[in-house]
Amino acid sequence: MSDITNSELDRRTLLRRAAAVGLAATPAVGMLSACVGGGDEDTTEQATGTKSADNPLGIDPKAPIEIVIFDGGLGTKYATDVDTPIYNKKWPESKVAYSATQEISTTVQPRLNAGDAPDMINNSGAKMMDFGAIVAAGQAQDLTELYAAASFDIPGKTVAETLVPGTAEWGSYNGKPYALNYSYTVFGMWYNATLFEKNGWTPPATWADFITLCDKIQAAGIVPFGYAGANAAYYMVRALLTSAGKIGTEQVLKDIDNLKPGAWTNPAVLEAAKAWAEVGKKYLDKSFLGLKHTEVQLQQNQDKVAFYPCGSWLENEQAKDTPPTFKYAVAPYPSVTASDKLPATAMNAAAGEIYFASSKGKNPRGGMEYLRVMLSKEAATEFTRLTKSLTVVLGAADGVELSPGLSSANEALNKAGKDVFMGYLFDTWYKKLGDESLSAVNDLMFKGGDAQKFCDRMEAASQALAKDSSVQKQTRS
Amino acid sequence: MRHGKYPFIIGFLAVPVALYATFVVAAYIQTFQLSVASWSGFGPIKYVGFDNFVKLWNDDLFWKSLRHNGYLLLLLPIVTIALGLLFAFLLNVGGGSKGGMTRGVWGSKVYRVIFFFPQLMALAIVAVIFGRVFASDKSGMINGLLPDSWAPWLFLADERWALTCILVVLVWQAVGFYVVLFSAGMGSIEHEIYEAAALDGATRVTLFFRITLPLLWGTIQTAWVYLGIAAFDAFALINIMTVDRGGPDGATSVLAMMIYRNTFEYSQVGYASALGVVLFFLTLTFAALTLRVTRRDAV
Repeated sequence: MSDITNSELDRRTLLRRAAAVGLAATPAVGMLSACVGGGDEDTTEQATGTKSADNPLGIDPKAPIEIVIFDGGLGTKYATDVDTPIYNKKWPESKVAYSATQEISTTVQPRLNAGDAPDMINNSGAKMMDFGAIVAAGQAQDLTELYAAASFDIPGKTVAETLVPGTAEWGSYNGKPYALNYSYTVFGMWYNATLFEKNGWTPPATWADFITLCDKIQAAGIVPFGYAGANAAYYMVRALLTSAGKIGTEQVLKDIDNLKPGAWTNPAVLEAAKAWAEVGKKYLDKSFLGLKHTEVQLQQNQDKVAFYPCGSWLENEQAKDTPPTFKYAVAPYPSVTASDKLPATAMNAAAGEIYFASSKGKNPRGGMEYLRVMLSKEAATEFTRLTKSLTVVLGAADGVELSPGLSSANEALNKAGKDVFMGYLFDTWYKKLGDESLSAVNDLMFKGGDAQKFCDRMEAASQALAKDSSVQKQTRS
Repeated sequence: MRHGKYPFIIGFLAVPVALYATFVVAAYIQTFQLSVASWSGFGPIKYVGFDNFVKLWNDDLFWKSLRHNGYLLLLLPIVTIALGLLFAFLLNVGGGSKGGMTRGVWGSKVYRVIFFFPQLMALAIVAVIFGRVFASDKSGMINGLLPDSWAPWLFLADERWALTCILVVLVWQAVGFYVVLFSAGMGSIEHEIYEAAALDGATRVTLFFRITLPLLWGTIQTAWVYLGIAAFDAFALINIMTVDRGGPDGATSVLAMMIYRNTFEYSQVGYASALGVVLFFLTLTFAALTLRVTRRDAV
């Protein structure tokens, strides 16, 4: 035949041999190599200066710092146009190297391992790094000094005194603060105030009201309640656990975080799961399981969905798709039973969006100083103005003209008064357990709604994790 | 001609082999090393022996993912090769013989280009596009074509069909390449053989099964190995297209997805490496088995 077959190494044989070695594919495995090498104890020389009233953290005024910002719903303008200029006004000789990314773990994690850490990192987004692991590896700077330092622009107060109570604890691991959770997010059921006004609907206070209202909304041809199963099931987990928290106080959620046996089979969780399962069965559009958050949010903007469980970033995220007649408003989740331990007005509001200084970078003190700048009233006010989200800095939103959604959130917070609770952390601490809760809640809401099965499944996963010695455990009280 | 062959070959191979050694072989060695360790991805590495493999054995999701890989491994090569052969045959020989020359069906030159298009598109883009095709509400392409009175098909949101949707996309993407590969193979089959067979009164079906298929066996074998290895991957599509990345409720989880999540999301690099080692041996076994089972005497 042709002379191809006479050659010693024809094409087919070559392909066959290459394939036989078996290394031609399976690219996922190769990626692992990017991470190896974290065991080295690097001793980078770190910049320090002399502490003074003007320089409470003792930074080296000439040492540059490097910051990495997550380029997501909050944008990056607050960093480039507000925080960095304020920082540079005070420390003109310290050059700020800035970069932004949507893939924090892909860009930053290899650098932490290689001993080339940026000084201040905004750990956020779908690709955020496992912060518990970062703390366990000693990569995060202890922020105790930062919280004890004098506020950047509020005279006579320490940084801690200018913040929402609980901020430092919220970012603490085994008693020490490592993460600054900067933005303050109000969670609840978001709806279009204009649509509700037009139809004479009012947000419900009790579960019976909620069901009645859902029937009315459904009769009007609108999906009463919806969330996106494909990538936003954690909004539903939060809704369910907020209800559980209202039934049995935040202690229920603390037990969940602490992996206490029986935490998920607690009657409060079961009760909440039953109530939500009914909503899922009767009112949820089954096709939402295949949709992404933006698709359901868009449908809400088109008045096809009435209630959407989310946090206060929603209004800003949807800004460009919201028609002028659409006015975001938030309602607390209604009381599930008449014997709920917290009132119907109780809200879940939590500090979120992690910023941390890396302890093994070249300039950890500079990183902390940048955080101190962010916690100044001036920077926080501008942050709220630019991103339409509140910060943990008390009173920073005063004098800022708030958007409808944010002022509704503020109002709801005021009504809740002391009944505001931070919620839970298990999904940040133990991402695997968090992912299990997503699958479980989708199953509960879209596939029949067996509340007992939901509780048992989560209990089993939680206890399996508790027994897994390879995972570093966290506790809170 | 044979003189100086080896320096020539070595000159060409040095750079690729060096790259391969650094980025593939070295990475594999590290994977083996990490598979017996407990490591979060940060800080010191702790060696734990075979704990990771024991954990693996007891992990339901692992077995589920393995089944899904098996499903793809079974169907992806069969469907792709069958379609690839059919199309290649139609493009090259299917039009019958005219003036002593076999030819493809009418317009085969245009089809050939169209078939190859999917191959040119980045997998991520393909995934996004098919995400829209299979969207579970009326905004989806297929659901949009259905009558309004029908309830939308859930596709990726239905755990019974989600993996099949992925299979469809994998086949759609791969088939073009194998059409070209098989076409090239068919091109090297002597026309006289077809002609002689046609003179003896062979139909197109007989031509295909008695001449094309046996003479293409080597190429098919190679295609089988390649497609099998692709079936062990499928990561990109599943990561982008599926509910909850590998869902609903693990219905589309595959080994590569588990490796990714354990490494980058759960900080269980040791566990992920153990999965990687399993995947390595599976791929190797598969390739060896395929080549052995499909071995035939040269025609």
